[in-house]
Amino acid sequence: MDYSQFLYMKEEVSLVGVIAILFLYDLIAGEKGRKYFSLITCLLLGGHIIYNFLPTSTSGAVFGGMYYYTPMMTIIKSILTFGTLIVVMQADTWLRREDTKFKQGEFYVLLLSTLLGMFFMIASGHFLMFFIGLEMASIPMATLIAFDKYKHDSAEAGGKYILTAMFSSALLLFGLSLLYGACGTLYFDDIPATLDGNLMQMAAFVFFLAGIGFKISIVPFHLWTADVYQGAPTSVTSFLSVVSKGSAVFVLLTILMKVFAPMVQEWQIIIYGLIVVTITIGNLFAIRQKNIKRFLAFSSISQAGYILLGVIGGTQLGMSSLVYYVLVYMVANLAIFGVVSIIEQRTGMINIEDYNGLYLTNPKLSFLTTLALFSLAGIPPFAGFFSKFFVFMAAFEKGFYVLVIIALLNTIISLYYYLLLVKAMYINKSDSPIESFKSDCYTRTSLVICLIGIVCLGLAGVVYETISLFGYGM
Amino acid sequence: MEYTLIILLLPAIMFLFLGLAGHKLKHKVAGLFGTISLGLVTCLSYFTAWEYFTSPRVNGVFEKIIPFNFEWLSFSEALHVDIGILLDPISVMMLIVISTVSLMVHIYSLGYMHGEKGFQRYYAFLSLFTFSMLGLVVATNIFQTYIFWELVGVSSYLLIGFYYTKPSAIAASKKAFIVTRFADLGFLIGILVLSFYSQTFSFVELMNGSSDAILTGAATQTFLGIGVLSWALGLMFIGAAGKSAMFPLHIWLPDAMEGPTPVSALIHAATMVVAGVYLVARMFYLYIGFAPGVLEIIAIVGAFTSLFSAIIACVQTDIKRVLAFSTISQIGFMMVALGVCTGMDSHEGLGYMASMFHLFTHAMFKALLFLGAGSIIHAVHSNEMKDMGGLRKFMPITHITFLIACLAIAGIPPFSGFFSKDEILAAAFKFNPAMGWTMTVIAGLTAFYMFRLYFNIFWGKEAKHHHTPHESPLTITIPLIILAIVTIFGGFIPFGHFITSDGLLYNIHLDPQVAITSVVVAVLSIAIATIFYKNKEQKIPAMLGEKLSGLHKAATKKFYIDEVYQFITHRIIFACISTPIAWFDRHIVDGFMNLMASSTQSLSYSIRKFQSGHVQQYAFVFLLGIIFIIGLILLVI
Repeated sequence: MDYSQFLYMKEEVSLVGVIAILFLYDLIAGEKGRKYFSLITCLLLGGHIIYNFLPTSTSGAVFGGMYYYTPMMTIIKSILTFGTLIVVMQADTWLRREDTKFKQGEFYVLLLSTLLGMFFMIASGHFLMFFIGLEMASIPMATLIAFDKYKHDSAEAGGKYILTAMFSSALLLFGLSLLYGACGTLYFDDIPATLDGNLMQMAAFVFFLAGIGFKISIVPFHLWTADVYQGAPTSVTSFLSVVSKGSAVFVLLTILMKVFAPMVQEWQIIIYGLIVVTITIGNLFAIRQKNIKRFLAFSSISQAGYILLGVIGGTQLGMSSLVYYVLVYMVANLAIFGVVSIIEQRTGMINIEDYNGLYLTNPKLSFLTTLALFSLAGIPPFAGFFSKFFVFMAAFEKGFYVLVIIALLNTIISLYYYLLLVKAMYINKSDSPIESFKSDCYTRTSLVICLIGIVCLGLAGVVYETISLFGYGM
Repeated sequence: MEYTLIILLLPAIMFLFLGLAGHKLKHKVAGLFGTISLGLVTCLSYFTAWEYFTSPRVNGVFEKIIPFNFEWLSFSEALHVDIGILLDPISVMMLIVISTVSLMVHIYSLGYMHGEKGFQRYYAFLSLFTFSMLGLVVATNIFQTYIFWELVGVSSYLLIGFYYTKPSAIAASKKAFIVTRFADLGFLIGILVLSFYSQTFSFVELMNGSSDAILTGAATQTFLGIGVLSWALGLMFIGAAGKSAMFPLHIWLPDAMEGPTPVSALIHAATMVVAGVYLVARMFYLYIGFAPGVLEIIAIVGAFTSLFSAIIACVQTDIKRVLAFSTISQIGFMMVALGVCTGMDSHEGLGYMASMFHLFTHAMFKALLFLGAGSIIHAVHSNEMKDMGGLRKFMPITHITFLIACLAIAGIPPFSGFFSKDEILAAAFKFNPAMGWTMTVIAGLTAFYMFRLYFNIFWGKEAKHHHTPHESPLTITIPLIILAIVTIFGGFIPFGHFITSDGLLYNIHLDPQVAITSVVVAVLSIAIATIFYKNKEQKIPAMLGEKLSGLHKAATKKFYIDEVYQFITHRIIFACISTPIAWFDRHIVDGFMNLMASSTQSLSYSIRKFQSGHVQQYAFVFLLGIIFIIGLILLVI
């Protein structure tokens, strides 16, 4: 065996290293050592990102074509790691509570195992590898959702997630077996030559899409989202809504462009329909939500629809605009979840009406949330505007005029419900507003990073240009 | 002329400074900071204008100067987004307008907003607005315009909602934001289409003829039977119509009067609402060259909006709402002027010059009217006409300046409005006599409702006041006086020397026929308003007196004439035309928007059962989704 092949897998190898260190630390660290657990995790993850960016070999396939490496992968994986890092920072307050303090280590190890699964999923060159990665990302995810297992909501959410995940995996596997039957191979490189768009292949594709659509929470495979988002611990919810979703979208685009390219006519129709229903249904449900986590769940469903706009063109511009969109969506969503999480930890309040009058007691948090909501709604000059503009451009370039118009109309509905939350914070009166508090330094740092992201990612043209530069390596 | 960058940066810095550190400053200090920085901006703008317009012409036109440009985002080799400053006659003129009005509003607010909670926040928002508006007018490319366009929307949202404890202000700010966003959608799609076909965002490249070949090629392509460039420019006009409150997207403007009055003066009279006119003027070359049909639509929409809102203005009782409808009507005038152009040379494009001229003069006298209204509201603590009356004795400065502005908007020489309106009428007559007469009638209506307003406030019966109204402090009256001076002399600016459609020098000459007609109409309208409203309170005592002394004959006659007037206007014109139109506006136009909102709500309510919480059902829907998609494929492929 040629061990130099492992050099291509530096992201995975270093992540395994990080997991191993944390695992050992959990074993040897005493009561005192645990205090520094989150600090160590953050430092390791930071180091991991920096290490990833060290220049290495060019793109190539290793392990008999099972594993792929391109420079774009580094960007994607770093974005995901970055998201995880923020989640870790925001989870600190929650993990220091009496009932979770003793299992901090488990949280980090499970979280990073999920991330590892996503890495393999993204880098796979064979459907078997893809499926293993997907499951590796799903199973620890279920345990994370049920992390507060003595809480009814959390346990129920975990149960729902694992059941739905099993169901979708079964469908996905069924689709893969159909695909194998139709093509005689599961290697990404070999499949395109055998595709002619017959019904069996189409059915295989739809089952595959449903399996991955579950992860992205595309309508109609989205129904689990709201319940699970609501029940899971807030930090896990934010991980689900940004990192997990982001990874699945990256995989979807890669596979669509690489494997199903000959069937582009057919899958564009399907994706077209899915985008329309996803954005619209997500928006319509979001309007009426009372619980902020459910509200964000539906907002994230409609955002998934916008992300798919980058997919539908299947172009270079689409690829880079999608990666950029995920990054921008990540900082804005994590900012809101950070605020929701800290407020839940301090006061236990999770309804939108509890946020009434937040501006008077916590002006900085309200201001940050407002900026993040504006960014999600796509209002310039925040980053969200540019990311929306790029995905619209990508779809427009391919002639999806009507689709772009539908999506644009939906941005107005979304502006309406995002403003509802702004209104609650700034305008509505409350007899017992959330009292003023000072957040801990981890949360504060993470929120400042998000704030910088929201403001600067759009204004600094270099970010998008770097991504689009690497986009050509796809 | 690199120093123009400072004009843009200073308000931005001031926004950040006041926004972040404002609450640590005293009210007065924060206000002074904002005002002084804006004073500097104003000085620099005047200096820019002076330097720009004294520089020698090249081939008879003022050159377009780009003193600062920075490539920001690049999509492809050809298509990139820049941030920069473009100086040409119209952008320099807008710099003057914005900085002048904004400075007046800054000074005025020192007195008007004195003691309000969030005074520093108010100044921070004013700076933000000024920054975005300046950025909009000096944009070098259409993408930059769009970004600042939205930023203007955001800052106007913040300013309208400044009294955030007042539910109506909040509703209004949200309405303004969402309605204009809706219109901006058209703008954004227009940008996408235009840039897709022209492969450039840059105004200079679009206008200097270098893209003509590409554009001519694109003009031959059609979508649904209409040329793609007409689509693009038409969609952009929707964006412009949203910001400039053209029918049916005007519904946000009257409600936006819930904001502080100086804000109305700045945003809803002089600057933001004319952004749409500015946009059309900016793209004028393209409209003329590639979408003359759209220009005609603009003219019709402008004329209809103008007439419609002038009629509504006649029956409003809230003085700010009268001014709001009057603003819509006047912007209609500017749109008409642009719409009636048929070519680039200074005769066919007379409307272009007229529109910009009217934009300039209107900004000054309408800001004056709003600030005057603010001064009155400050004194009587009410927006309603019935709480006013007879104020001329108590507020001499406000009275005189308000009168000057009323004369200007009515088109009485030698006040500025006369000159600019006259050019618009001349252009309209040249285009089509029917259009000319329509606009003349609207001009008459304008004179009528403005003097109705004037007499109801300053003459007529004195309302009972809690305390005797008094003249406002100097910070309020000084801006009024300055604007009044501009209004008196602004008409004598040889505008054709600075701004014309083709850039060449043009001497404005009054068309005696048009001028005399419009002045006669205006004077008649004012006379009617005078008969109606000036003597109104004397009627009842006079009537009593007549009955007692038995001198009926003359009195009855007068009474009778008065009644005829009353009958014709109030019963026929108001009841049969204005009130139904106002009702139509409230219920049908507004109602349609509300219907859209409420149907979205109810749809969202009716589909909530899908989200039941049962995993079995989720799996069922999941599977159903797959089967449905496969079925769909079977049908489609």
